Amino acid sequence: MGMTEKQLKSSNKPDKEMPLVQYENVTKKFGDVEVLKGLDLEIKQGEKVALIGPSGSGKTTIIRMLMTLEKPSGGVISLNGEPLWHKKIGDKLVPADEKHLRKLRSDIGMVFQHFNLFPHMTILRNVTEAPIHVLGLSKEEANERAVDMLNKVGLGDKLDAYPEQLSGGQKQRVAIARAVVMHPKVMLFDEVTSALDPELVGEVLQVIRDLAKETDMAMILVTHEMDFARDIADRVVFLHNGQIEEEGHPEDIFETPESERLQGFLSRFLNT
Amino acid sequence: MEAYINILPRLLPGAVITVQVLLASAALAFVVAFVAGLGRVSKYSIVRKITAVYVELFRGTSLLVQLFWIYFALPAFGIQFSPFLAGVVALGLNYGAYASEVVRGAILAVPSGQTEASIALNMSNWQRMRLIILPQAFRIMLPGFGNISIELLKGTSLVSLITLTDLTYKGLIIQNTNLSYTMPVFVMLLVVYFIIALPLIILAKKLEKNASRGVAKA
Repeated sequence: MGMTEKQLKSSNKPDKEMPLVQYENVTKKFGDVEVLKGLDLEIKQGEKVALIGPSGSGKTTIIRMLMTLEKPSGGVISLNGEPLWHKKIGDKLVPADEKHLRKLRSDIGMVFQHFNLFPHMTILRNVTEAPIHVLGLSKEEANERAVDMLNKVGLGDKLDAYPEQLSGGQKQRVAIARAVVMHPKVMLFDEVTSALDPELVGEVLQVIRDLAKETDMAMILVTHEMDFARDIADRVVFLHNGQIEEEGHPEDIFETPESERLQGFLSRFLNT
Repeated sequence: MEAYINILPRLLPGAVITVQVLLASAALAFVVAFVAGLGRVSKYSIVRKITAVYVELFRGTSLLVQLFWIYFALPAFGIQFSPFLAGVVALGLNYGAYASEVVRGAILAVPSGQTEASIALNMSNWQRMRLIILPQAFRIMLPGFGNISIELLKGTSLVSLITLTDLTYKGLIIQNTNLSYTMPVFVMLLVVYFIIALPLIILAKKLEKNASRGVAKA
């Protein structure tokens, strides 16, 4: 039922034709190893897409290239129809400079597997630092936005604590708040529960679930949590060996997987 | 015993010069260390190369020869320094080269996750360095700076060879004019140098203890 709401919302968008994110024949090599082999993928405004697959299938590389942490070896990634790693000069694509990257990056946010909080800053400053220095918000505005968001993730009482004083689950919730206050159009989640103790996974997933319901941010989630992927995603993409093996609605992917590889992958997951 | 007590007040003016040279060259070395250290991790290869040449040149040649160059040879090119300034410049550039390696190492020791998080928050290169990397790297650097400042203090004794009347120079004058003072002079020189070094040693130990606080773990 959440689906229909979302569909209504996105159909109101004037530029619903243009995908928010588009990968066209994107390849990535690390040395001699080709981790992505000609990826074509589109993400619509507000769409929630889960990337699943065995380790080494290239799913993390896909979002790291969008965050500009990894440069593609070939192909074009576009955001709002504008090439991310390239600048258009006339009809030619030339490598993007820092200014271009910063402009496009403002629409992208990311949450990391290992949180990567800033250990020398309080929780509040972790969340206000970028809004103040990057968005140019006043200290008061940034504080208000940060406190509001930290309350939402249940950490309103930890404003003056330092990251080392928090549990893994709490750290990850701060990291989510830190990314959300930048108001990105697409949010990337890189195995955000993989480094957590099992009993802390639930609280982080719940925060992301709430976020998915409340905002019209697009989300790309690399995850090994199959129930979560099924729950939250509008579309699930199964990767194998640097290529999309199968994609579709979560029900179809999990109930009636077509490819043998996906069947094998899922059965291994259900057994563990 | 009397000899020891007689010598001390005559050494003190030299000790004052030594401390002045120490403070001035430490300040210069500190600035040089940051400029060269940041240069070594610059994204521009030309900047990296130029600073690497400077660092290797000053680490790879004798401090004494550098001192002589600056004091005796540069005047041939029309650049004339006072003994004090020549000493400070030579010591500052030499120990700054060593300290720049401490700066570079500390910057590289901050885990890459910190850089990635600041890119994800769309910080500029300079914001990333200033707000995220350097505050953490600074804590890692401090023990190294403490150790280098102790080395620097010991290095200041070389300025006695370019006519600066520092602690060592004063001691040599006293010893030359009264050879029976040889033993007391050299004992007192060790004692006074050690007393000057003592606060630096204590500081370095303290900084070492606190170095890992507030720094991300890899």
